[in-house]
Amino acid sequence: MEQQHEHHHHLPHLELGPSEPTHTQFHIVSPKTYLIIGACLLIFTASTTAISYVDLGEFNAVVALAIACIKATLVVLFFMHVKYSSKLTKLTVACGFFTFLVLITMTMTDYISRAWGRW
Amino acid sequence: MDSHTLAAQTGEIGHVEHEHPPFLRHHFENVAQQREAATFGMWLFLLTEIMFFGGLFCAYLIFRNWYYPAFVAGSHSLHIWAGTLNTTLLIVSSFTMAMAVHAAEVRHRKPLLAWMIATIILGCGFLCVKAYEWHDEWVEHHVPGLNFNPATLEHGTKAYPDDNLAPDMAQKTSIYFSLYFAMTGMHALHMIIGVSLLTFLLIRAWGGAYTSGHIAPVENFGLYWHFVDIVWIFLFPLLYLISRHQ
Repeated sequence: MEQQHEHHHHLPHLELGPSEPTHTQFHIVSPKTYLIIGACLLIFTASTTAISYVDLGEFNAVVALAIACIKATLVVLFFMHVKYSSKLTKLTVACGFFTFLVLITMTMTDYISRAWGRW
Repeated sequence: MDSHTLAAQTGEIGHVEHEHPPFLRHHFENVAQQREAATFGMWLFLLTEIMFFGGLFCAYLIFRNWYYPAFVAGSHSLHIWAGTLNTTLLIVSSFTMAMAVHAAEVRHRKPLLAWMIATIILGCGFLCVKAYEWHDEWVEHHVPGLNFNPATLEHGTKAYPDDNLAPDMAQKTSIYFSLYFAMTGMHALHMIIGVSLLTFLLIRAWGGAYTSGHIAPVENFGLYWHFVDIVWIFLFPLLYLISRHQ
């Protein structure tokens, strides 16, 4: 520990403290959590297939995509450890998805504000 | 003693301050920082992948609204059981991969090997089901550019007798199948790359790698594998489910 301290003394700008955005305590997610999340994902899969056999009109697509979003969120937060990650990782992931949504929304806004099939 | 003197004495800059594991690169302060940087880089790569698949999803949504009856008829020709089975295989494989990362974290070699092998088997199972489906589409003349025959989609099937498309709309089902093969094909390519990388990691892990604290390769491969799972989580409803009752 003494040597570690001396090292930091020479390179103070590299010192990592709890306030540093990259500071992280690597959290080991328990197998129990993985099992619960895996079971939830399988239940959602069975539900989305079952619901597709029910005629909900327009809402078949809405429900199926909503379930897909919930499943993806569970995978990102728990299997991909984002819930337990540093602020840097959380910010990176959030920025990426936000940019993706902006791109999709701008493109779709352009298309749906025209007459479908007549451009 | 200051570090310059030490460096001069040892003749090896960077190795002077303290003991560190052999896998720690010199430009990192400690193992945690190195692991954090690798995770950050992996996420940046995965975000470019999200943009790439996002373009395909966007094209699918636009064309589906444009040639709606053709996309409904195309979707009706897929096997819903195959899509559900493949979704299940991939979700279970994501679970086994998460458990492999856990085994590496707690430094248990045999469970790490077992979970990796389970993930490889499930990934290959997915590819087998996918190959079966593609063969089926080939037999039905639904492969654009190779043997596509729109006449097969002009009259309803046994399951969907009302799928009567006009010849010009039946021709547009080729766009559905083009996007279907582009999206499932790119996804399957990612699966093949994933299974190959995991086989390489398995061979390294067999020799004892990744269970002595250096888990970044296993952890970042896990991120890749879960990402491929997420792509399929969206492909499944879009291709198979949302047009069942239209």
